[in-house]
Amino acid sequence: MTGQRSWSLSAPALALFGVLLVVPLIMTFVLSFNSFDFYEGISNDISLANYKEVLGDSYFYEIFARTFAIALATTVICAIIGVPQAYFLNRMTPFWRSVMVLVTLGPLLISVVVRTLGWAILLGNKGVINTALTDFGLIERPVKMMYTSGGIVLALVHVMIPFMVLAVWASLQRQDPATEAAAESLGAGPVVIFRRVVFPQVIPGILSGSLIVFSLSASAFATPAILGGRRIKVVSTTVYDEFMNTLNWPLGAAIAMLLLLAVLVIMVSWNRLVERRYSEVFA
Amino acid sequence: MAFLELQGLTKLYNHFVAVSNFDLKVDKGSFVSLLGPSGCGKTTTLQMIAGFTEPSSGSIFLNGKDLSNIPARKRGLGIVFQSYALFMHMTVAENVAFGLEMRKIDRSERDRRVADTLELVHLAHLADRYPVAMSGGQRQRVALARALVIEPELLLLDEPLSNLDAKLREEMQLELRRIQQEAGVTTVMVTHDQSEAMALSDSVVVMENGKIRQEATPFDVYETPTSPFVSNFLGKSNNMRAELISQTPDGAIVECNGIRLESDPVSLPQGPVVVAIRPERIEIASSATDIPGRVTERVFLGSQWLLKVETGLGELLVTRRNTGHREAAPGDQVFLNWDRRHLRILPVEQKVSRT
Ligand SMILES: Nc1ncnc2c1ncn2[C@@H]1O[C@H](COP(=O)(O)OP(=O)(O)O)[C@@H](O)[C@H]1O
Ligand SMILES: [Mg+2]
Repeated sequence: MTGQRSWSLSAPALALFGVLLVVPLIMTFVLSFNSFDFYEGISNDISLANYKEVLGDSYFYEIFARTFAIALATTVICAIIGVPQAYFLNRMTPFWRSVMVLVTLGPLLISVVVRTLGWAILLGNKGVINTALTDFGLIERPVKMMYTSGGIVLALVHVMIPFMVLAVWASLQRQDPATEAAAESLGAGPVVIFRRVVFPQVIPGILSGSLIVFSLSASAFATPAILGGRRIKVVSTTVYDEFMNTLNWPLGAAIAMLLLLAVLVIMVSWNRLVERRYSEVFA
Repeated sequence: MAFLELQGLTKLYNHFVAVSNFDLKVDKGSFVSLLGPSGCGKTTTLQMIAGFTEPSSGSIFLNGKDLSNIPARKRGLGIVFQSYALFMHMTVAENVAFGLEMRKIDRSERDRRVADTLELVHLAHLADRYPVAMSGGQRQRVALARALVIEPELLLLDEPLSNLDAKLREEMQLELRRIQQEAGVTTVMVTHDQSEAMALSDSVVVMENGKIRQEATPFDVYETPTSPFVSNFLGKSNNMRAELISQTPDGAIVECNGIRLESDPVSLPQGPVVVAIRPERIEIASSATDIPGRVTERVFLGSQWLLKVETGLGELLVTRRNTGHREAAPGDQVFLNWDRRHLRILPVEQKVSRT
C-alpha cells in the first residue's frame, strides 16, 4: 500500500481524533493560562497564576492526594479480586467460561451512572445494607457509607474489575497449561504452583491491568460525583465545580491539566519500570 | 515383577475407549517407546502413569509399589512435556533447581546437582539464561535436565522431539539416547515417529486404537511384523492380498493375482492372507525372471532411488541404494526378484474396534 493511500484511509480516524481530542485539549491548555475575574469573566492574558494558586493551596493537595489514594486502593483491590477470578475463569470448561465471561463483562453494558445509583441505593443511611443490618439487630445506628472514600472505592472496584480480569486473563491464556503439570510432577502442591508458577507469569498482565484501572479511576467522574457528593471531592469533581458552579474556567482548566500531567507521569514511569523489569524475561 | 508394570490399564471417556486393557512390562534401565498413529491413546497411557489422568480400571506398579493412590506430585517421576513446559520467568538453573527445592534439598547439594545435570545435557554455559533466549533444541535439554535432576525412578517423554526441525531432531535423538544411558534411567517415550522409536528404544510397543498390536525390539518389529498394520506403520511396505494355498515344512506357497510366490514356512491356516515385502528387499534383476514390470515413477532421494513399478502383483515400491549409476527411467521394462525369506505372510487384518 502506498503512503498516500494509507494516509487517506486513516483520515477519518485522524479527523475524529483531531477534532474531538487534540483541539479541546489544546484549548483547555491555553485556557489554563488565562485569568478570571468575578465581574469581568475570562480575559485573554497569559500567566501562571492559576497553577500558582493550585500548587500553593493545601486544599488542592488534599484533593489530589485523596484522588490518587482512591485510585491506588481501587487498583490494589481489583488486583486482589481480579487475579484469582481470571485464574478460575481460565480453568473452567468452555461452556462455563463463556457464561462467566459474560457475567464479568455484563456490568460494562450498563451505564456507570445507573450502576453507581444502584450503589447509592445500597449504601445510603436508609439504604438496603443499613436497613437490613438494623432489622437483624446487628447494628444500632446506620454505618456511614455514602459520602466516604470507602464507598467510592467500593463502587469503582465494581466498575473497574472487568478491565483487570481481562488483562490478567489475556496473560493466562498465553501461558502453557503444561507448566502447572510440570510443577506438579516436580512435587509442588496447588498453593506453591499458584505462587511460584502461575502468579509470576501473569505479573505483566496484572501490571498492564493496573495501569488501565489506575488511570481510569484517577480520572473517574460519575462514581465520585454521585457517591462522594460535595463532601468527598476528587480532582475531576473539583474541575467540574470550577467550570459549572464557580464559573472559574481557567482555574478548572489548570487543575485538569495538572491531573492529566500527573496521570501521564505515573503511567509512563510505571511502564518504564515494567519494561525494565521484564524485558529480559518476556522478550 | 518387572520394574514398571501396567496391568489391564484401561481408560474410558464416557463410552469411548481411549486405552484398552493395556499390559506392559518394562525392565529397569531400559528405554521403551509407545508408537502409534495420532489418537491411538499414547498420551493417555503416559498421563495415567504420570498420575494426571485417573485410570478407569487396571493398575500400575513401579518398583513393586502400587501407584493407584499416590498423587502425581508424590510419584517422583521425571516428565518431559511435548511443549517443554519450561517456567519462562525462571533462568535455566532456576528451572532445573525447582524440583530439588520442592524436595527441600539444601543449597549446596542443590547447586551441585543442578551443575552436574546441566553438564550432562551440555548446557552448563547457559545456566543464567532465560528460556526465551534459547533455541528449541536448548529448551528441550533444559526440560530434560529439569526432569532428570530429581533422579526419578522413571522418565516419561511425550513426543519429546516433535517440535524440532528435521536436522536437529536427528542430533537430539543421539543426544537423548546418550543422556538416558548415562543417567541410567528407565524411560517410557511416546511418539508417532517410527524412525525416532526405532533409533532410541530397546523395545517398541506399537499401538492402534488404544490396544497393543505388537511389542518387540526395534529390529524384530521391523523384520517380523505380525500384522499388516505394524508392517505398514514401521518403514515402508508393499502389502498385497493373497491366498495361502499350500504349506510344507520347507516352504509355503501363496497366490497373488494369479501369480504364485514362495516363502519360508508359516503357521497360518490356508485361506486369505496378506503378503508383505519391504521396498529395499526387492532386487532389479539383470536377466528375465519371475516378475516383469514397468517403471511408472522415479524419485531421486540422494542416498537412494525410489521407484514405482507396475507388475502383475500390483504396483510395487522399490528402493535402490544410489551407487552412482542412473536407475531405470519411467517407461522402462524391468524384472524384479527377491529372496523368498524376505516375503512376510501375515493374517488378514480384522478391523480393530474400540471395545
Ligand atoms: N479428556 C478427553 N476427553 C475425551 N476424549 C479424550 C480426552 N483425551 C483424549 N481423548 C481421546 O482419546 C484418544 C486418545 O488420545 P491421546 O492419548 O491423546 O492420543 P495420542 O496417541 O495421539 O497421544 C483420542 O481419540 C482422543 O480424542
Ligand atoms: Mg499425544
